[in-house]
Order: sequence, then C-alpha cells, then structure tokens
Amino acid sequence: MINLFEVAETNKMIEEENLDVRTITLGISLLDCICDDVRRLNEKIYAKIYEASKDLVKTGDEIAREFGIPIVNKRISVTPAALIGAAACRTEEDFVSVAGTLDRVAKDVGVNFIGGYSALVSKGMAAADELLIRSIPLALSETERVCSSVNLGSTRTGINMDAVKLMGAIIKETAERTREQDSLGCAKLVVFCNAPDDNPFMAGAFHGVTEADRVINVGVSGPGVVKTALEQVRGENFEALCETIKKTAFKVTRVGQLVAKEASRLLGVPFGIVDLSLAPTPAVGDSVADILCEIGLERAGAPGTTAALALLNDQVKKGGVMASSYVGGLSGAFIPVSEDQGMIDAVKAGALTLEKLEAMTSVCSVGLDMIAVPGDTTASTLSGIIADEMAIGMVNQKTTAVRLIPVAGKGVGETVEFGGLLGYAPIMPVNRFSCDAFIQRGGRIPAPIHSFKN
Amino acid sequence: MKKTIITVVGKDTVGIIARVCTYLAENGVNILDISQTIVQEYFNMMMIVDTSGTNKQFGDMADELAALGEEIGVVIKCQKEEIFDKMHRI
Repeated sequence: MINLFEVAETNKMIEEENLDVRTITLGISLLDCICDDVRRLNEKIYAKIYEASKDLVKTGDEIAREFGIPIVNKRISVTPAALIGAAACRTEEDFVSVAGTLDRVAKDVGVNFIGGYSALVSKGMAAADELLIRSIPLALSETERVCSSVNLGSTRTGINMDAVKLMGAIIKETAERTREQDSLGCAKLVVFCNAPDDNPFMAGAFHGVTEADRVINVGVSGPGVVKTALEQVRGENFEALCETIKKTAFKVTRVGQLVAKEASRLLGVPFGIVDLSLAPTPAVGDSVADILCEIGLERAGAPGTTAALALLNDQVKKGGVMASSYVGGLSGAFIPVSEDQGMIDAVKAGALTLEKLEAMTSVCSVGLDMIAVPGDTTASTLSGIIADEMAIGMVNQKTTAVRLIPVAGKGVGETVEFGGLLGYAPIMPVNRFSCDAFIQRGGRIPAPIHSFKN
Repeated sequence: MKKTIITVVGKDTVGIIARVCTYLAENGVNILDISQTIVQEYFNMMMIVDTSGTNKQFGDMADELAALGEEIGVVIKCQKEEIFDKMHRI
C-alpha cells in the first residue's frame, strides 16, 4: 500500500516543483470535411471540431481535480489545413477564412490553441500548399489561437529549398503584420524537418493523415522535478546522475500516462501517445537551463552544454519509455529561449549564442525555439538559419524545428514581451554575413545517403 | 472499491483527526488506513479511504474537505489513489 512518504513526495513535486501535465491535445481528423465550396467547408469544420471537443476542457479540469495535478493546457490539433482546403480554397483569403473558423471554434470550446494551419511540403509544394503558406501572415494576424506549421524537409525526401526560401519571407511578413504586438504572430509559426504526426505541443501540433479520426495525445512536463532530484546527487559521478534523471523521468511520465488514459476513457477517444518532452515555462524553478546548471555548468551555453543536454535528453527518454505504453511526438528536452528563465539569464549574461543553441539542437529536440532576433534580419538570412537547422534534422534522422521572431522595429539589446507561457526574450544578434546567393539557387537538397535503407 | 488518498498538512492543533473523521463518517466514507507524523510541529497525515459508499460527488467532497481544512487551519487535499500508485509502483 502507498505510504506517507510517497504521497508527500508526489505532492511536493506538484506544489513546489511545478510538476504538471503540460497539455492534453485532442487530435481531430478533418478529412471528412473536404468539399469544394468554401462556405460549406467552414461549416463542416466548425461542426466537426465543436462536436468532438465540446467536453475537452471540462474533462481536463475534472481529471486535474481528481488527481490533484494541474493540467495546464487543453488543446486541439487538426489535419493540415492545406490538405483540407485544397479542393475549396482558390485564394489566400479563402484559406484565411478557414483560419477564422478554427479560431472561432477554439474560442467557443475554450481551448487556448488550435494547431494544424499547416502544410507538408518536404519534397514539393502543390498549388494549395503554396496558397496556404502565403496566407499565413494574414491568418496569424487576424486570429488569436491558431497555430501554424510547415514541414520543409525530411530524412527521406531531403530539404525543399524553394519552401525554405519562401518561409524566410513569410516569417518576416508575419512579424511585420503583428508589429504592434512585438511580432507575436511568429511565436505561433514553426517550421520543421521530420515533423511528427502526433506532436501534442504547440505551435507545431497537427493531426497527421496516418492517424485515426480522433486521438488523445498528452505532453508531460517537469524540469523543476528533475532539477530538485539532481540536487541530491551533487558531486557524484555520471552513473548516479543518470540514474536519478531516469527514475525521475519515469515518475513524471507515469503521471502523463495516467492522465492520458483517463482522458481517453472519459472522452471515449483512443489514447495515442505520451510525449516525453521536458517542457519549461517562464516560471522560476521550471527551467531546463537550471537542470544544465545543476549538472555542473555555470550557465547554459558554457562549454559542456551540448554533452550535458545530450545526456539529459537520453536519460529522460530511457526513464520515460518504460513508464508509458506508447511514446511519441517530439519527446526530447525543449530549449526555448523566451519560455525558460534560465535560458533568458544565460543570453543576458552573454553565455548563450545562436550558434551554441544550434549545436544544442543536434542532440535534443526541438530546435531553435522562441528566439527573438533583430527586425532588420533579412529574409534570406532567416532562410539560411532554417536551412541549417533542417540539415541537422535531415542528417541525424530527427525532428528539428525553427521558431524565430524577427521583432519588427527592434534590435539587439532590446527585449520583447509575449506574456503568459510564451514569456519574454532579449533580442539576440545574428551572424551578419550574407547567404543570399545560396538561398536564391532554388530547388531542393537531395535526401542524404543514409536514407536509402531499402 | 474506489480508493482516495486524503492528506492533511498544517500546524498541529487539538481535534484535527476528530473533525476529519467525523466528516467522513457523516458522509459514508470508510477509512482503510491512517498514518500520521509530526515533523517540526507540523501535522502530517495521510488517510486511505474507500469512497464507494458515499453519495457525494468527488469534487464536492474535495471542496468540503478543503473548506473544513481552512476552518481548522490546515490544508486538506483529496486525490484518487492511482496517481500515487502509478508514480511509485512499477
């Protein structure tokens, strides 16, 4: 039987160390909404999502209450809109109307984000894909809760450099269109290499076409719990360090699995996966950077950071995999800058640069995340940064992403404030040498040799 | 059997267990196990109870126990057993 100390340990994790379930994300297929009339398409999308998710928030709150654990976000992901709108949407405005519908239904059912205003163009862009991508700046400036993602490459297909080039410009335009809010639109836009179909985390969540009609995916959290556990093994060797991370990750993931199963049961929707990512928030004590410091670095970004992060990410997976029957999504340590107080401090102290962050992304998901750069960064430089990150994902057969915010009208040394879970960020300098001729080439980078496994 | 864990944490005073047990008895909740310690004058109790005999909704019981806790000056939490079981047992 459970004893007093075990109960106290769990409750201390929840009350003092920010243990929570970061998100319950309900994936909904919109494939059966496809039709060739925009008005009808929007009606069908609204009806399907509303019907599927009207009890989501209530159920999430109920589970949180029963187990005494916060479930921070309840969210929805849908089939990439470029596929759903391909038959009906003839103009960018048509696609923006779909974004409007997604935003409206998200508000009506009470979720804080809805993901899936997406296109999958890792090899080529169909007309509808390009139309959707070109509509992103307007869609994100006119909606509040819609998140957008574009998959630009994969290990199997290589990198679509035409789309990479286009996305540099789209990110710039999105920043410009949401200038009044410190270019907030870019915080809801992410580009991927090897995007997973079952990611529950925003901004990159979408419901892949290989998924069932509906599915529940859960993202756990718990950097604070790992940090606190590691305080007990200060000065001990790597074996003790790794064992502690594994055991802690196991416990955190079990909670995610429990919540996922319970949500699945109550909503009558199949359980998909638990995403093992360590997801920080701007709250003090909920930081991945603080774990790196606890491992033995003065600041995140110091020499040794990449090794420490590799170790952390691997041990979290090893502990977590045993705790859940199905693991998926991104499952890696997140290193967003604006959403992690320790990262923000490291940038301010001059310990962490864009180049070091790039190195770190080669050993953990999810990429260059929530990084504010100067508003005068050119589109081709943004595309160059994206291409680098996509190459890391492609060659290492892993997911990588880029969510950069070129803050319109602001420069290095200034700070942007996004509020809430998105946090705030100091604007980081970008390498000032041009890659324009490289980006202007067009076409695609072929798939790497090790993708030929057949 | 529907097991729930009730935890009571706060400054020690006369009658904490009595008040909590009275509430549970009045609502048909059966106590299966109690363990309790005092750490640095802080009262720390855990009860394992069976709620299958009560007519109360889980949420209402949690709210009423929390309110009772406020009255006594302690924090009372109600959580279904599975969260502890899953976390600490393979």
